[in-house]
Amino acid sequence: MKKFYIKINNKKILCSERDSILNVARKNKIDIPSLCYHPDLPVKGNCGLCLVEIKGAKKLLRACSVKAKAGMEVKTNTAKVVKSRNLNLELLYAEHINKCSTCVNSIDCQLLKLARKYKINASNFPKRKTERKTYKFANAVEIDGSQCIDCRSCIDSCQLLSGIKHLELKGKGVKQEIVPKGQKDKLSGLAAKKKGFACIYCGQCALHCPVGAAQEQDQISEVETALKNKNEDELIVAQIAPSVRVSIGEEFGLKPGTLVTGKLVTALKKLGFDAVIDVNFGADTTTMVEAQELIDRIKNKKPLPLLTSCCPAWVRYLEYYQPELIKYLTSSRSPQMHTAGLIKTYFAKRNNISPDKIKVVSIMPCTAKKYEATRKELRFNNKDLIDFVLTTRETAFLIAKNKIKFNALKNSSMNNILSEHTGAAAIYGSSGGVMESAIRTALHILENKKLPKIDFKECRGMKGLKEASIKIKNRKLNIAIVNGLANFQKIVDHIQKYDYIEVMTCPGGCIGGGGQPIPTNSDIREARMKALYNIDSKKKLRKAHENTYALKALHYLESQKIDKQILHTTYSEKKK
Amino acid sequence: MDLLKKVKNNNLKGRGGAGFPVHDKWSLVIKAKGREKYLIVNGAEGEPGVKKDEYIIKHYTEELLSGIKIILDYIKAKKCILFLNHNYIKYDEKIKKYIDSSYNIEIVYKEKNAGYIAGEESTMLNILEGKRSEPRIRPPFPTESGYKGSPTLIHNIETIYNIYLVSCSQYKKNRFYTINGEVKNPGVYNLPANYSIARILEETNNLPLFKFFVQHGGQASGEMLNSSQLEKKVSGSGAITIYSYKNNNDYELIKRLINFYFNSSCGKCTPCREGTYRLKEMLSKEKMDWKHFLELIDNLENSSFCALGSSLALPIKSYIKNINPKFKPEL
Repeated sequence: MKKFYIKINNKKILCSERDSILNVARKNKIDIPSLCYHPDLPVKGNCGLCLVEIKGAKKLLRACSVKAKAGMEVKTNTAKVVKSRNLNLELLYAEHINKCSTCVNSIDCQLLKLARKYKINASNFPKRKTERKTYKFANAVEIDGSQCIDCRSCIDSCQLLSGIKHLELKGKGVKQEIVPKGQKDKLSGLAAKKKGFACIYCGQCALHCPVGAAQEQDQISEVETALKNKNEDELIVAQIAPSVRVSIGEEFGLKPGTLVTGKLVTALKKLGFDAVIDVNFGADTTTMVEAQELIDRIKNKKPLPLLTSCCPAWVRYLEYYQPELIKYLTSSRSPQMHTAGLIKTYFAKRNNISPDKIKVVSIMPCTAKKYEATRKELRFNNKDLIDFVLTTRETAFLIAKNKIKFNALKNSSMNNILSEHTGAAAIYGSSGGVMESAIRTALHILENKKLPKIDFKECRGMKGLKEASIKIKNRKLNIAIVNGLANFQKIVDHIQKYDYIEVMTCPGGCIGGGGQPIPTNSDIREARMKALYNIDSKKKLRKAHENTYALKALHYLESQKIDKQILHTTYSEKKK
Repeated sequence: MDLLKKVKNNNLKGRGGAGFPVHDKWSLVIKAKGREKYLIVNGAEGEPGVKKDEYIIKHYTEELLSGIKIILDYIKAKKCILFLNHNYIKYDEKIKKYIDSSYNIEIVYKEKNAGYIAGEESTMLNILEGKRSEPRIRPPFPTESGYKGSPTLIHNIETIYNIYLVSCSQYKKNRFYTINGEVKNPGVYNLPANYSIARILEETNNLPLFKFFVQHGGQASGEMLNSSQLEKKVSGSGAITIYSYKNNNDYELIKRLINFYFNSSCGKCTPCREGTYRLKEMLSKEKMDWKHFLELIDNLENSSFCALGSSLALPIKSYIKNINPKFKPEL
C-alpha cells in the first residue's frame, strides 16, 4: 500500500490511505477524544467529539471518518476545535443523569473521564432525560435510558458482534431511544415475544457502552449484605472464572494480560470471603465429561456435531432462536456449574458443613452467567447452586469501594481441595480453549496412549471462524470454532460437516466477555489471551484428565450416585 | 456531439442546491466499478417555499421523463427511482403516461412526515433501502457506493430537465425561481440564471413598495438580505421570499426557524439533536442568553454531521447581520 506523510499539529507522520485521522493520531499518541467511536464497530460519527481542523476545509471534520490523504495538514487543538468539542461534550453530558456514586461503570466511564479532563461545566444545561425508562433483561443486563448519550454502540454490538437484532432505535431527534424490539407495539411483553426477538444476555452492549447506560444488573449490595450478616456457622465462598485473573488488574491500572490470581485471592479474603475456589477445577471436570461424550457420540453413531455449552448466551441463543439444534448440545454443565455443584457436595462433605450453610458467589467475566446461575435445569435438590454472580467490573468496584489497594496486595493461594487445575483449564477463557482442552483429553482416550502433541494451535487466535481437521485413529475429526456469535451464521447451514463445534458468543471468548473491564479492543483481548496460554504452557500437567484431584472429585460424585445431577443438564425450546 | 461533452461545454451544475458540476458526477459514476448502476431523481422538495420541482413535474412531464431515459441509456443504468414529495402523488397518472416497459422507472413518494432531511441525498438512499431516515457517513459517496451499494447518480428534477434541454441543444442557461411571501405575483418563473434578485423581482413585477427584506434559497436555509443587497444572484434552490418589516417580528421569525430545524433533526449527531433542542429551550425562557445561543449556532455550522444541521447558521446569522442589527443584544 502507498505510504505518505501527513501533518498533525505540525508533526510529520507516515501513514496510508486506509488510516483514519483518528487512528493515525492515536497510534502516534496524539489525543483525540471520542465517545461513539469503538474499534470493534463501524465508524458512526455521531458524538462530535473527535473534531479536527483540516487545512482547506471550511467545516470542522470528524477524525473518525476522514481518511488520511498525502499532504493533509491536521490540527487537533485550535480554538475553533476546542470550542465545538467542549460544547458537544457539554451537550452530551446534559443527556446523562449521573449515578456515579453507585454506578459500577464509574471506574471505566469515558464520559466522566472526558468531563474531568476538559473541565465541563455541568450546570449550563438542565438534564433532559429524567423520564427515561430502564429496560431489564432477565437478571443479567439492563439499559437505563436516563444515562444514554445516543452513541448507538449497543445496537451495533448486539447486531454485528452477537448477531442478535434485539435492540433498535425508536423515535426521531431528541425523542430517539434505544429499546428492545417489539416495544414499538404497545402490548410490549407479548409483542416482543410474538415478534421473535429476545436478549441472550451476553452483555456486549454493556461492554461497548461508553457511559454505563447499558450495564450488568449489579448484585454488589446483595453480596455486601451477605458478607456483613454472615453467621458464624456459615461459609461464603467465591469461585473465580479462568479469564478474570488476567483482566481484573486493568481496573486498577495494570497492563492488560497481567496475571493477578494471588492478589485477587487476597482481595476477596479481605472482603470477607472464607474461601476462594478455582473454576478452573470445574473446567477440568467439564473437559473430561465433554470429551467422554464426544467419544461416545462418535463410537455409538449418535448425533454429531457435538456443540459446546459453556457459554450461556450461546445456549440461550439456541433455545430461543434455533431450538432444532438443541439435540447437538453437550449435556455437560459449564465449569461455573460444575464447580458450584462440587462446592455444595464434595467440598461441603470434606469440610463437614451442611451445603445450606454455604453461600457461593461467582466472579465471572460474563453477564449471562448471572442468568445461567438461575436456570431451573441447573438446580440441585431443588435449590440454586449459586447465590450471586459478580462480573469482573462489579468485583473491581467492590474492591475499590472497600478501599483495598489492589496493586499493593500480597499474593495468597487458594489452597483448598477445589483449587488445583491443569493447563487445559486455564485456556477455557479463550476462544478455542474448550475445544483444545477437550481434544487433548479425547485423543488421549481414543489413542489410549500418551500423546506427544499438546498444542493445537489451529484452535487459537482471533479469527471469527476457525476450522481444522484433526487426525485420530481411523478417522478425521472435523472441528469448527465460532469466535463471536455473529460468525455462527457462516456455518449454520452446514454444521453437519463438523464433528465438534465450539461457540463463544463474545469476541475472543470469555476474555472478551460482556462483564470484562472497559475499554476493550483487539490488542487488549490478545494480551489477555496470551496470558492464559502462558499459564497453560508453564503448567506441568496440561491435560484435564491428569488432574488427580478432579478425578477424585468425580469418583466421589459417582460413589454418591449424584454425578448425573451435578455434571449434566437438559435444554428445551424457550417460547417465542 | 457526445452528451457528456455537451454537458461539460454548457458547464451544467446541479440544481439541488449544492451546485456540483454535472459532468464530474457522471464521470465518477461511469468510472465506478459495479455491474449495476442506478439513477435516482430527487424530487423530495422538502424546503419550505420551494416549488420548482413540482412546477416541472406538472408542466414539463414529458421533458422530464425524456431526460431520465436519455441518462439511463447514457450511463447504462439498471433502473431509475423517482423520489417525490408526497404531495406530488396527484401527478402520478400524468407521469406514468410517459413510462413504458422499455425502461425500468419506479416512482416512490416520501412519507408525509419524512420532513426536510428526506431530501438529503444519503438520507434519501437510506429511506429507499428501508433504513432509518438519516444521513450516511461519507465517503463512500453515492457515485461510488449509493443505492444498495451500487454506483448511483443522483440528480435534482431541475437538473434532469436541464440535461434534457442540453441533449436537444435547447439549454438557454435559465433556471426556475419560486417567488413567494408578501408579493403580488407569487409563482414559479423561468428566467436567466445570471439575473440578480432585484432584476428577478422587477421582471416578475414583484418589487414591493413597502419596507421589506428577502430570504433567498428557501424559507429554511436561505440567506436573509435587506433591500440594498439585492444585486446578489439567487442561491441554492432558487427561491425568493419577501417579508415586510411590518408583519414580521424578529423573535417570531427566529423561533420559526429554530422550531423548523428542531423538528427536522433526525437525531444522529450531537450538535444538531441536542443543539436545536437547547436553542428551542433557550427561546422559551424569559431572559435570553444570546452569547450562548450564538455559540450553539456556530457549533451547528462547524460540527453538525450533515448539511441540514450546518444550514441553520446562515439564515440566523444573516438575519442578525443584515436585517436588524439592533437585534443582537450584547454580542
